[in-house]
This record gives sequence, C-alpha cells and structure tokens, in this order.
Amino acid sequence: MAITKKQSTELARHVFEYAPAPESIDHVKIQPRYGLFIGGRMLESHSKKRFPTINPATETKLAEVVEADEVDVDRAVKAADKAFEPWAHLAPAQRARYLFRISRLIQERSRELAVVETMDGGKPIKESRDVDIPLAAAHFFYYAGWADKLEWAFPNRKPRPIGVAGQVIPWNFPLLMLAWKIAPALAAGNTVVLKPAETTPLSAMVFAEICMQAELPPGVVNILTGAGKTGSLIVTHPDVKKVAFTGSTEVGKLIQRAIAGTGKRLTLELGGKAANIVFEDAPLDQAVEGIVNGIYFNQGHVCCAGSRLLVQESIAEPLLEKLKRRLSTLRLGDPLDKNTDIGAINSKAQLERIQGLVESGIEEGAELYQPECILPERGFWFPPTLFTNVSQSYRIAREEIFGPVLSVLTFRTPNEAVEKANNTPYGLSAGVWTDKGSRILWMAERMRAGVVWANTFNRFDPTSPFGGYKESGFGREGGVHGLLPYLELS
Amino acid sequence: MDVRKTYKLFVNGEFVRSESGRAYRPDGNVNVPRGSRKDLRDAVRAARTAFPGWSGRTAMNRGQILYRAAEMLDGRASQFIELLGGGARARRELDQAVETLVWYAGWTDKLSQVTGTVNPVAGPYFNFTIPEPTGVVGIVAPEDEALAGLVRRIAPALCGGNVVVALAAESHPLAALTLAEVLATSDLPAGVVNILSGQRKELIPWLAAHMDVNAIDVAGCAGDEIKTIEEAAAGNVKRVIKVSANERSPYLVAAFMEMKTIWHPIGV
Repeated sequence: MAITKKQSTELARHVFEYAPAPESIDHVKIQPRYGLFIGGRMLESHSKKRFPTINPATETKLAEVVEADEVDVDRAVKAADKAFEPWAHLAPAQRARYLFRISRLIQERSRELAVVETMDGGKPIKESRDVDIPLAAAHFFYYAGWADKLEWAFPNRKPRPIGVAGQVIPWNFPLLMLAWKIAPALAAGNTVVLKPAETTPLSAMVFAEICMQAELPPGVVNILTGAGKTGSLIVTHPDVKKVAFTGSTEVGKLIQRAIAGTGKRLTLELGGKAANIVFEDAPLDQAVEGIVNGIYFNQGHVCCAGSRLLVQESIAEPLLEKLKRRLSTLRLGDPLDKNTDIGAINSKAQLERIQGLVESGIEEGAELYQPECILPERGFWFPPTLFTNVSQSYRIAREEIFGPVLSVLTFRTPNEAVEKANNTPYGLSAGVWTDKGSRILWMAERMRAGVVWANTFNRFDPTSPFGGYKESGFGREGGVHGLLPYLELS
Repeated sequence: MDVRKTYKLFVNGEFVRSESGRAYRPDGNVNVPRGSRKDLRDAVRAARTAFPGWSGRTAMNRGQILYRAAEMLDGRASQFIELLGGGARARRELDQAVETLVWYAGWTDKLSQVTGTVNPVAGPYFNFTIPEPTGVVGIVAPEDEALAGLVRRIAPALCGGNVVVALAAESHPLAALTLAEVLATSDLPAGVVNILSGQRKELIPWLAAHMDVNAIDVAGCAGDEIKTIEEAAAGNVKRVIKVSANERSPYLVAAFMEMKTIWHPIGV
C-alpha cells in the first residue's frame, strides 16, 4: 500500500516529536569585519571592496569580508614565495610538529568551528560537529605524520616540494576542503595561498587564527577572501607553481584553459552525478539509509552525492515506498538544532539553481515527490525531493543539481545498471547495494568512478584517496596518493 | 627488382590508406600517407571499441603480449636498423626499444602492488585503492628517435591497460609505421594501438580536442604545441601527461592511470 502524504506526515508528527535543541552560540565570537591573512598576520587589504557573508538560515549578516584584488593577491603570493625556501628546508620533523599542532588546535576549538561552519554555510550542526570538523582535524593529523616520511612514500625518487600552491575551494565543506588542500601541501613542504568560497569564508578566518596560535612561520599559509575574480588572480599569478581547485566542472575547465602552457601543476576535483545502484537482493532498510545519506547529506551539496538512484525493477515499488516513508521523517529547519537533518540551502543563487532544475524535471515529464514539509519563512530552503519516471536524457538525470533532489531510474540486468551508471561525462563516485560479494566486485570493477561505495555511501577518511575519472577532474586527495600532486619526483 | 612496400596507416588492426588520399614524402622517395582529421576520428573510435577488451585482460596476459611485441621487434632487428639509418646508433636505438617493451611487460602484474594501497580508515570498513587505465590515450611521438621515442611512450600506456592513438614522428614516420607491423603480429587486439602518419600541426589540435580521448602524452611536443594542447584538452578535462621523454618508471605508467578507491563495511 502506497504511503500517502497525509499518512507520512502523521507518522513524523507522532513518532518523531522532539523539542528544539539548539546549539549555543555564546562561545563563538564572529568579528564584524575581517582583513586578509597574509604573511602571518591579519592585514588591512589594498582592496576597498567588501561584501557581507550571511547566515543562509536567517538571511542575517554575520560579518563583512574583503574582495581581495590584484595587489592583495600579489602580496599574498610574495609572502608565500618568501616563506617557501625556509619552510621547504625546515627539518621535516619540525614541519610535522606544526601540522600536529594545527590538528590539535582544530580539535580544541572544534565546537566553535562547528558552530561557525553551520552559521555561515547552513549545514546541520550534527554534520559540522560529527563530520566536517573531526575529519578536518584528522586530515592534518594524517599528513603531519607524512611530513618526515616522504622518502618512504615514493621508492627510488627524491620527493621535493613544488613551491607556492594556489588553492581555491568550494562552499559545501569549507573547513574540510581547506584541510584537504592545506595539509598535504604543507606536509610536502609547499606554502599556500588559499581562497575560501565567497559564501563561506568564516571558518577559514578562524583557521587563520589557528595558524597564528600554532606559531606557524609567517607566509606558509595565506588566506584571501573574495569571489571568482580573486580566485582567477591567484591561479594565474606567475609565481604560483601549483594550482588545486575543487568546484564545478565549468570553472575547472576555465582554469585548465587559463593556465595552459604555463607549466603550472594542476589538480581538479570537480562535479559529479553519481549512480547509487540497488539490486534486488540488497538489504532494503540499509539501502534506504544509504540512499538518504547519499543524496540528502549536507542538503545534497556534495560533489559525490548519489543523485541518480538506479533500482532493480523487481524491487522498485517496495523500495520507493520505504524511501518515501523515510523522507517524511527527515527534519528540516534550524541548522543549529541538534535534531535537524536538513539545513538551509547555502545561498539564494544555489536555491534558484535547484528550483530551476526541479522545474525542468517537471516540465520534461518526471513525477515529483516531496514529503509535506513546512519551510521556515526566512532563509533559503528546499524540501527533500524525489523524482520518479525519469529518463536518462532529462536534465535532472544529467546535470549536477547540488541540492536535495534525487532522480530515480530503474534497470533489469547488471549490464544495464553499468551502462546507465557510466552514461555521464562525470566519474567521481558510485554506490552499489547487493548481498552478493562477487557482484559487488564485478560492479566495482566496471564503474568508471574514483570512489565506489559498496553497501555504504558518503564515507570519507584522510587515508582514503578521493577524486574523479573523466570530467570529474584529475589527481587524488587523501592517502599517500594525495601527496603526489604536491611533490616533484626527481 | 624490389617489391616495394606501400606504407599505410594502422587503424583498428588494419593497414589502410588515408581516407583523404593524400601523401607526403618525408624520407626521400617513399610516399607516406598524410592522415586526416577523419582518420584520427576513426582511430579514436577503434581505440574506444578496443578499450573494454584490452583493459579487461588479465595483467599477466597483457605482459605476455607486450613481451611478444618485444620478440617480434627483435626478430626484425636488421630491418629496423636499416630504417633507422644503420650503424651503432641505430642498433642502440633498436635495442632500447626492445628493452623498453620487455621492461614494461614485466610491470603489468606488479603495478597495482606498487601503486595500489589498502587504506586503514578509522571505522569498520575495508578500503582499498587500485590503479585502473584512464582509457584512450593520445600520443605525439618525439621527432628524434623515431622508433625508441615512440615505444617509450606507447609501452607504459599499454602496460596499465590503456588504448592508444599515436602520431608518428612527422619527419621520420617509417619506423613507426613498420612498428605497426610488429604490433599487428603480437596478439595485440585490433584497435589497441593505432598509428597515424601526417602533419603534427594538422592533427595535434584534433587529437587534443577530441571528446573521447581521456589523456594526451606531450613528451614529444614543443612548448607552443603544449599550450595549444592544454587549451584544447580542457574541453573534456583531459589528463595532459608531461614527463621527460626518457622517463622510464612505474610512476609514468601510473600517470596514465586513475586511482579507484572501494569501500565496504566490515560486520557480521
């Protein structure tokens, strides 16, 4: 029997009633305005342009940050360049100690960082508290240990750092992406100029304080706020020898083109449109949890999100029924509330993009399902959404939505599942759910994706390499493979 | 009187004339096909079709076939030495080409043991990373060392299970086109290696821009060519592989590989 909207809302109301449990914010001090972190200090910028960063759940202004200009970028790169030789020649064990120190400081200030992350980005506090911040600390801890062991990572070679790394990161996991970029770069002996995303600069500003607390040598880490223009100035600066970008495939291509012929080293971690494949023998309740985690984690603002659900035809009906029932129990609202499952959409622009793609899905003929869900009046929100009757050619099945929107397709044979899963220019991640071991390995072998989650989804670890095939980018972050983009092997 | 050989392109395991019907004479009196954009597209299609089969072979089988190519090349040593201009230098180049094939033949079944990892994640999961071939690789042969230069590029790409569309050295294409005869008799499936002769300037931009080419090796390219290639490569986020032409290592093989990480929970 199909679950109707009314029944599912009733279910949610009676079974999952909670009193609000907001995280306190009194221990967090957000300054009204921030400068730029250059040469070990917070400096007044050359640029007079400032822009507000807002809380997407309330639309209130949290702080003002600088849109760094050419002079600011040049100052930061010069500071990083000046710091490079001493940092590269520092005893590796000393480099390691700075990174260990940073890792500890992140742990010590974890609650503050989690709250800042949630206020600035809109993600549920339980995610920033339990995933983003601990993983960021773990990344620094992992790469700290590599700093004085690089010779063991690459037999027969002498690994050497490259120079100044220009790093541009997205808004979906601000501090975690910062850690993914800065930790391996520093461990390998490079210095960095990093730009956080324009909508989520604040945790990077707290990180700048952490660098000062750690007494990291000036110029080893420089952080510039700004938008696309600032990012472009950083990656094209002639003294930046290594470029690392995480973001959209569109911008990734622009960067690859912009630095063509310059000899700069490049790694790109771009978009995705992952297939999450459920076979008829899969444990359905676990699969439902995996599907929900795959697409509704962080409001679907995840490049490796399982945004295409491929269900074996024979179980499509019962699976969808369970999934719809589960959607009705997801709690959308105040990201600072510890019970919240789905927080705010990161920005107005992103909300409009999601709305546009969802409309295209309806227009192209897909069938929309959303649980009854009251959206707060202020802020940017989008309910968990599921489309059935989706054809592979629909935009919702091809384009990265980067929102809580799942497209459901069906298949009959394993070969058809592989064919459909790989029918995309992306290749970042994939999921497969089945009880049969040989089939897991058979599927994993055929999926053209950099990360395959079998009977799980959206798991991350500093020891585990992450990165894409095809137009999802190149290079890996995490693990021993994550060192390679930051080293010359002579 | 000699029975002269008609030099042809090597596409999909067949020796074909350029569809354009054009030829050029870089090496004296011999007509060499001047491959066209259409020939290039045919070659990419053949390579793509051959990819699942070749990448699906066992590593051991790929090693056997690369070794077979070394045997076939060595068996024709005198012919290649003559093509390369004769003398000690030509002999050395031939030996190096054979040695390169033998060396990489031995790497096929060791690569994942050296570049793969089992990752100790902080949780109840089994997690491992293995190298997989990136797909269709475009190769621009260096103009010097018409034989060994090309073999140094092709062998590491094949070693990991990639398929290749190679442009022969424009000024000395005969050794590369004759190498195709060696590959054709080495049990290499049709389409795994395709070799085109022609003008670099004419073919490189299309190879770099082709949406079904996953990576391009530019060790044989000059600075301005690299810029053109990198710009066009952005169209489909191609991997541009820049290493010195003499690099010989599993790191070079790994440059043609994608690292795939697989997670599975551990539990009862």
